[in-house]
Amino acid sequence: MSRQGFIASTTVGFARALSRALMSEEIAREHGLLQALDPRVRLLGLFALILAVTLAHRLTVVLALFLVALLIAVLSKVSIETLAKRVLLVALVFTGIIALPAVFVTPGDPIATLPGGVQVSRQGLAAAVLLIARVVTAVTFATLSMLCTEWTHVLKALNSFRLPRELTAMLAMTHRYVFLLVEIAGQMLESRQSRTVGRLSGAEQRRMAARTAGVLLSKSVALSNDVYLAMQSRGFQGEFYILRDFRMKPLDYAGLFAFLCASIVAIWMGR
Amino acid sequence: MPTLFQLKDVGFEYEGIPALDGLSLDMAEGESIAVLGANGSGKSTLLRILDALCFSSRGSVFFRGQSLTQELFRQDGYAISFRRQVALVFQNPDAQLFNPTVFDEVAFGPLQLRRPREQVLAKVAATLELLKIAHLRDRPPYRLSGGEKKRVALASVIVLEPEVLLLDEPTAALDPRSQSQIIDLIQEWKGAAKTVITATNQLEIVEDIASRVVVLEEGRVAASGGPAEILSNQELLLRANLVHAHRHSHGTYVHSHPHMHSHSKHKH
Repeated sequence: MSRQGFIASTTVGFARALSRALMSEEIAREHGLLQALDPRVRLLGLFALILAVTLAHRLTVVLALFLVALLIAVLSKVSIETLAKRVLLVALVFTGIIALPAVFVTPGDPIATLPGGVQVSRQGLAAAVLLIARVVTAVTFATLSMLCTEWTHVLKALNSFRLPRELTAMLAMTHRYVFLLVEIAGQMLESRQSRTVGRLSGAEQRRMAARTAGVLLSKSVALSNDVYLAMQSRGFQGEFYILRDFRMKPLDYAGLFAFLCASIVAIWMGR
Repeated sequence: MPTLFQLKDVGFEYEGIPALDGLSLDMAEGESIAVLGANGSGKSTLLRILDALCFSSRGSVFFRGQSLTQELFRQDGYAISFRRQVALVFQNPDAQLFNPTVFDEVAFGPLQLRRPREQVLAKVAATLELLKIAHLRDRPPYRLSGGEKKRVALASVIVLEPEVLLLDEPTAALDPRSQSQIIDLIQEWKGAAKTVITATNQLEIVEDIASRVVVLEEGRVAASGGPAEILSNQELLLRANLVHAHRHSHGTYVHSHPHMHSHSKHKH
C-alpha cells in the first residue's frame, strides 16, 4: 500500500466512523415504529427476540425472525442499505470464517466433493447456514436497537434496569471518549501526512501505526479523566437524568406484548 | 465582603510533580479575580481544587467556612448543593461536550442537578439565545468550530446560574471577535454581582475581566493586587514568564524591553 493510500485511507476511515455515528443519532430522532416506543420496551423487546434467535434450531424460524427484523427496520425508517452495511460485513465475514470448517468436518451425507477429495456434507452445510442466519438476524436486531435509540436514552434505560451506576457511567464516558480519540487520531494522521515526503516502507508504516496507538493510549488516560471531571462538575453522580421522562403508554404495553409473544412463539416453534 | 474561598498552605502533586506548593489565598464573595500565570504555574489545578474536582494533598480549602473534603462530597446532598453554587468551564471544550446535540449538552447540567423539567427547557432556550447559539441547538457539539464549542461549553455552565463561575483560559485559541464576545459575557456576569474567577495568561484581557489579579508562580501566590498595580510591575511579569524581553533596532540603535502580544492589538 502506498504512503498516500495508507494515511489517507485511515483518515477517511476515521471520518466515516464519525459520520456513521452522527447518522445513528439522526435515525434515532426519526418518527418510526421503534422510536415511538419507550426505550425500555425497545431494548427489552429486541433482547427477547435476540434470545429467541439464539435458541432457534430451525432455519425457517430464524428466517421468519429475519423478515420480522426487516419489517421493523422499514417501519422504523431505517434504510435496508444502512442496515446491510452495518450487519453484513460483521456477521457474514466473521461468522463465515468460523462456520466454514463445519461444512467440511461435520460427518453426514455428502452432497459435493471438492478437488483433493474434501467432501461437503448436507448436515455440515445446514449447520453453517443456520449459524450464519442466526448471527445475521441477532446482529440485525441489536443494530436496530442501537440505531433507533439515542445513546442517553440507552443509558437511562440501563439505569432503570437497575444496572450498577458505575457501569452506565463507564459506558457514557467510553462513548464520548471514542469520538474524541477518533478525532485526535485523524488529526495526528493528517499532520503526519502534511510532513511526509516520499514513500513509506511497510516496516515504517507499521512503526507509525504503533507510535500513533501509543500516543493515543497515553492521551486517552488524561482525556478520560477530564471528561469524567467535566461531567462531575455539572452534577453527574452516576445516574442519568434526561429531558424525556420514561412513561409507559398503551402503545408501549402493546409493543412489549407483541415482542414477547413473537419471542415465545419463535422459541416454541424453533425447538 | 464575606470570605468565599479560603486556601491555607495548599499542596497538590501530579505523580510526584508539585502543581501547587504551599498556596494560601482568600477570595471574597462578589469578587472578579484573574489568576495569572505561565503554563504549568498551577492555574488549572487551582480551579479544579476550587471546584472540588480534586482535593489538596496538604493544607485545607474552605468554601463559605466549610472545609472541602472528599468525604463531604460522598454525600449526594452536599455535592448537589455545591454544584449548584460553583461551576467550572474547562480549558479544553472537547472534554466538556459529550451529549448528542447542543440542546442536550446545555440541558445536561440542570437535569443532573434535579431542576424541574419545564424550568430546564425554558432556561436552556434562553441561554442559547443569550449566547447567540440558538441556531446550533440540534447540531452535535463535536462538529462545531473552536469558537462555537467554547460558547456551548460556556452556555452549559451559565445555564446552571452558579453564584461562582470558574473559567479556565476562556479566550485561549479564539479569534478576536469570539474573544471579545466571551469577555462581554464575563463582564455582564460581573454586573450580576456573581463571583468570577478566571485563569489566564493573556494580559490584555485582565483589565476587562478582573478587579483583582493573583499571580501564580511555581504553584504559589507570587503577588496579588489591582490590575493596574500588577500590570505595571514589569519585573514581576518577567519573573513569572508572562512577558518576555524583546530586542529590536531603531535605525542603528538596538535596545530591549519587556514585550507582550495581543490578538487584537500590539502592545509595546
